[in-house]
Amino acid sequence: MDMFGKKRVAIVGAGVTLFRRNLKETGKELAYHAAKMALEQAGMELRDIQSVVMGSAPDAFDGVHMKGEYLADGAGAYHKPYMRVFVGGGTGVFAPIAGWWHVASGQFDTCLVVCEEKMSSCYPHPQYAFTTIFDPILERPIGMNLIWIFALEMNRYMHKHNIKKEDIALVSVKNKRNALDNPIAQLGANITVEDVLNSEIMAWPVQRLDVSPTSDGAAAVVLVSEDVAKEVTDNPIWIDGVGWCIDSTHWTNRDLYYPDYVEYAARMAYKMAGIKNPPKEIDVAEPYDPFDYKELHHMEGLLLCKKGEAPKLTKEGVTQRDGDLPICPSGGLLGCGNPIAAAGLMKVCEIFWQLRGEAGKRQVPGDPRTGLAQAWGDLMQYGSVIVLRR
Amino acid sequence: MSVKIKHFPGEEIETKDFREGKVLFESFRSKARYAWSAGIAVSRFLEELKNGRILASTCSKCGRIMVPPRIYCEKCFKPTDGWTYVKDTGIINTFSVSFIAADASRLKEPVVVAVIELDDASPGMGIVHWLGEYGDWREIKIGMRVQAVWKPPEERTGAITDIKYFKPLKE
Repeated sequence: MDMFGKKRVAIVGAGVTLFRRNLKETGKELAYHAAKMALEQAGMELRDIQSVVMGSAPDAFDGVHMKGEYLADGAGAYHKPYMRVFVGGGTGVFAPIAGWWHVASGQFDTCLVVCEEKMSSCYPHPQYAFTTIFDPILERPIGMNLIWIFALEMNRYMHKHNIKKEDIALVSVKNKRNALDNPIAQLGANITVEDVLNSEIMAWPVQRLDVSPTSDGAAAVVLVSEDVAKEVTDNPIWIDGVGWCIDSTHWTNRDLYYPDYVEYAARMAYKMAGIKNPPKEIDVAEPYDPFDYKELHHMEGLLLCKKGEAPKLTKEGVTQRDGDLPICPSGGLLGCGNPIAAAGLMKVCEIFWQLRGEAGKRQVPGDPRTGLAQAWGDLMQYGSVIVLRR
Repeated sequence: MSVKIKHFPGEEIETKDFREGKVLFESFRSKARYAWSAGIAVSRFLEELKNGRILASTCSKCGRIMVPPRIYCEKCFKPTDGWTYVKDTGIINTFSVSFIAADASRLKEPVVVAVIELDDASPGMGIVHWLGEYGDWREIKIGMRVQAVWKPPEERTGAITDIKYFKPLKE
């Protein structure tokens, strides 16, 4: 198989709605807003779009089954080839990958990719809707909830590398501060390590300020072939690498301290983009950070540093916006909020804007040329990675 | 988020709207019922739990002893070719102390859940279960040895809960 596809693919427009706990807009309305913004930024109209990809994570959150069909109109799919992709939290980066293959294959010249999530419809908390993702025979009788399994993973990661909670808390401090410069952000704040360590324990070692919030929101990008890109913009951002990988559902049989599947996905994307030394060649990255430890876990899985080294880099300031390797300059999920699929695509939008020099107060210095976005999902088992270049 | 974009859409519902009852709620309880098949491998596993034994399956190609058991080895992608029992003792691979219930509401007493690596299974092969009789949760450590506490035989139903929990072993 030719991994590079037949055609080079560019992003030419991006849009994101506000991320908030309770938005008045329906999922369709949010999808519409994001799609419209992305089209406007691309200087295109819906009639220029040949195919549409929609990404949304669990149906159970807003209690609408077959959500792809439900959201189709808002996503601009009226009378068009349309598909939904769905790999849990990995969806937000997998949706543009699916859009990439629509265009790279030569089948379409243009593809609109829209991701939407509305978590706040589910009461008292969307957590409860998540209980049905576990194995019905062996795991559900234990009464599992999602925070538990991430706490299990965090604890294993801390144990394996002897990492202290205060070093992990620095991620939450950094990302919430970065989010103060982001107009869409739900939880931008100046907090301290002590605030994180003193916040309510949810499932040890996960505390309130280690976690991103429940959110609503949507994001969208317009993907086009090279020929179209030259017509519509002087400033295309190229999708130079894509990778994705899933691990076994037998999550209790894996060593949770390291995400192998993220490494495999990253290696696939790096090979395609010709990247041999990721920390040196990646100028800015948006790894998935629904929990503070996940940013560190994912930096390691993405080969941006050695195993167990991410907390040290964070402590030294390397991952600050003005550091050598800026990580989550957007504020990430911890700062912006976590409308799951939309949050992943927001990361792709952020890298797009960073590489175009349009990120305003969030702009990382040094004229970044290569950026990376990554998302993670399912039962701690799925990784999706995208490499963008100016 | 682009400097070229001046307005980001989205309107929030305010807390007072909830308080003043201006938000419509709908409760929906699905009447769907499910009779899940436990499958070939896990059905045997559950039958053996009734006997107080933990069943594993083995792959002669990669040599793994797997719990929970399966009829195929997902790595070698061939049928597993044996069954064996593993001990009901093991070590805590990782654990969590939950102060929230499945619906994210607060619990008065925390629940401790752990991945237990069972003795005689391949390294890292674990099952998820509760911990009990652990005293102060702050004393629980990864690597601690534990043993299954079983329900009395007459109360076992062939479910994962035939094991009440795992308790730390005094050494």
